[in-house]
Amino acid sequence: MSDSSAVEPWVRRSATPKLDRILVTPEGVPLNVTVAAAGARAGALALDIVIIAGLIGLATLIGVLLLWAFGMAFDGVLEKASGPLQVLAVLWIISVFLFRNAYFLYFELGDRAATWGKRALGIRVAARDGGRLTAEAVIARNIVRDIELFLPLVFLTSGEASGTMTDLTAWAGFLWVLMFLLFPLFNRDRLRGGDVIGGTWVIRNVKRNLGNIVAPAAAKPSPDGSEPAARYQFSDADLSVYGEYELQTLENVLRNDQEEALQKVAESICRKIGREPGSGDERAFLEAYYTALRGRLERSMRFGKRRKDKHSAPE
Amino acid sequence: MSSEQTSGMALLRSDRFRLEREGDWIRLEDIVSKMEKGRSRRLSDEDVLALPTLYRTLLSSLSIARENSLDAGLIHYLEGLALRSYFLVYGTQTSFARWLGSFFGGGWSRAVRAIQFDIWIALFVMIAGAAIGYLLVAGDSDWFYALVPGDFADVRVPGASEEALRGTLFGGQNEDGLGLFAAFLFSNNAQVAILAFALGFAFAIPSILLLIHNMALLGAMLWIFAQRGLTAEFIGWLSIHGTTELFAILLAGAAGIHVGRSIAFPGSRSHLAAASDAGKRAALVMAGVVVMLICAGLLEGFARQLIDNTAGRFGVGGGMLLLWLIYFIGFGRTSRRAGG
Repeated sequence: MSDSSAVEPWVRRSATPKLDRILVTPEGVPLNVTVAAAGARAGALALDIVIIAGLIGLATLIGVLLLWAFGMAFDGVLEKASGPLQVLAVLWIISVFLFRNAYFLYFELGDRAATWGKRALGIRVAARDGGRLTAEAVIARNIVRDIELFLPLVFLTSGEASGTMTDLTAWAGFLWVLMFLLFPLFNRDRLRGGDVIGGTWVIRNVKRNLGNIVAPAAAKPSPDGSEPAARYQFSDADLSVYGEYELQTLENVLRNDQEEALQKVAESICRKIGREPGSGDERAFLEAYYTALRGRLERSMRFGKRRKDKHSAPE
Repeated sequence: MSSEQTSGMALLRSDRFRLEREGDWIRLEDIVSKMEKGRSRRLSDEDVLALPTLYRTLLSSLSIARENSLDAGLIHYLEGLALRSYFLVYGTQTSFARWLGSFFGGGWSRAVRAIQFDIWIALFVMIAGAAIGYLLVAGDSDWFYALVPGDFADVRVPGASEEALRGTLFGGQNEDGLGLFAAFLFSNNAQVAILAFALGFAFAIPSILLLIHNMALLGAMLWIFAQRGLTAEFIGWLSIHGTTELFAILLAGAAGIHVGRSIAFPGSRSHLAAASDAGKRAALVMAGVVVMLICAGLLEGFARQLIDNTAGRFGVGGGMLLLWLIYFIGFGRTSRRAGG
């Protein structure tokens, strides 16, 4: 058997095999997931920061407009109208606190478990153990964001501005920023500090459509009345030259339905099994061959025998 | 089996498997898409009730397909849909209101009791910090300037007269901008508390240092006032909001220590499992700390300026402390006993 290695045949090998993981649902069914790449995480964070800054700016703008409206209404007695001014200032302080802290909480507690930035990049938060993503986990992962991001930013900018940055503190601060910002790069699952505390990770969203049946024509009678399966008969020898890998390549060619590719693949299959190429009806031929090959491979699969590709021994 | 033989290769068994079930899959996909777009309110009751069943059916379809079908496109589709519906079935299902209910109804006090050991550590550290601050300044008053940042120390410096000090404690009731002051205090203190917690991530040591530093500042202040015989007045001024605020900082520091301690000494569990268990418990405590700090901000901004005598301040501060203790020690015990 070709798949004698410990890897199960359904385990996916994507374009970024380093980020492929298995998540076991509480029902015990393992699912293939892909950890979000560091670049996607950084991009989502940058978007979120821009959005938060925008929201704070908007709140400030509304505050200023209201102030201006008060000014018009009271006509120059603004100094005496300290009541409404204070209420505005209180609202502003509270809204900045909320934008900074509750933005992530609100969106990651929603159905999609992703902020706007994460949605744009097609990633989401999930519980690492495959269980339910709890409110506590989301709070925990976001409360640590403060030392990872906002604190170093404040530290660097305020230290720079007030000139209290000596060489030593500057370097210490810089190391601090680096340590937490680059933390995700130093572990396999791209966890940041908050993910470690919260028991969460960030994974890629998936959205795939249900394609058609790969070879529908093979089942239907052709216009001239004859069944394609009857037109193309394949012997055991014809079908034993390929394995699952080739079958899936053929599936892709059939799904994409490119004239040129169909012709090329039909030719190479014909050469392999010793037939005359160029029947003029490559699609029908390929569908018939695909159906026959899949039928054969699936039959032996049901008996527990799988054939990975053409290089592995036939069943 | 017989139909497969009579019609020859007409339709693969795995394709028939798909055709028999794809109606359910498409229905599930429709429900999932609507929920993901936040339109779950438009779903009919039957659809909502059907979601878990359809999800489990899909998982079994996926398991069968993996063993019986070589249609890679189909398996990818089933995997993707299974993951999407898994997230909805096992998503954060509690509504915010329901979570808040369980939080105040015992979740918070249980979490606080669960980190009791760390609270004792944090309390010890805080008392030690205050004592260090007091003794350092008592030994050499120059220490005061090292401990207390400049903007804090306006008139409250070593050698200040009694009247000047008394002025900072009383007579603020005519002050404007109490609400603004309260909001500022809350926002500032909440960030400090979050910091105290978050620093626990680095093996709890920064949390402990932060607690010592803040309490040393307090101890130094206490010495200044004690020099002029204003000890009781100062403690009264502090306690009206301080019992709540210091309690909140104590809890935040304890939560940080709890996380740091379980990362450093995970016991029989893995480091990551220990960290996330402790992190979730500490997160509940921290959510409560923010609530306490809102109370403290209101007390500090309004009550302290409005109640201008030491006895009243002690009364409010002591009352708050009693309330918190009753809540943390007594609340939510029954449900834990019921749960075993």
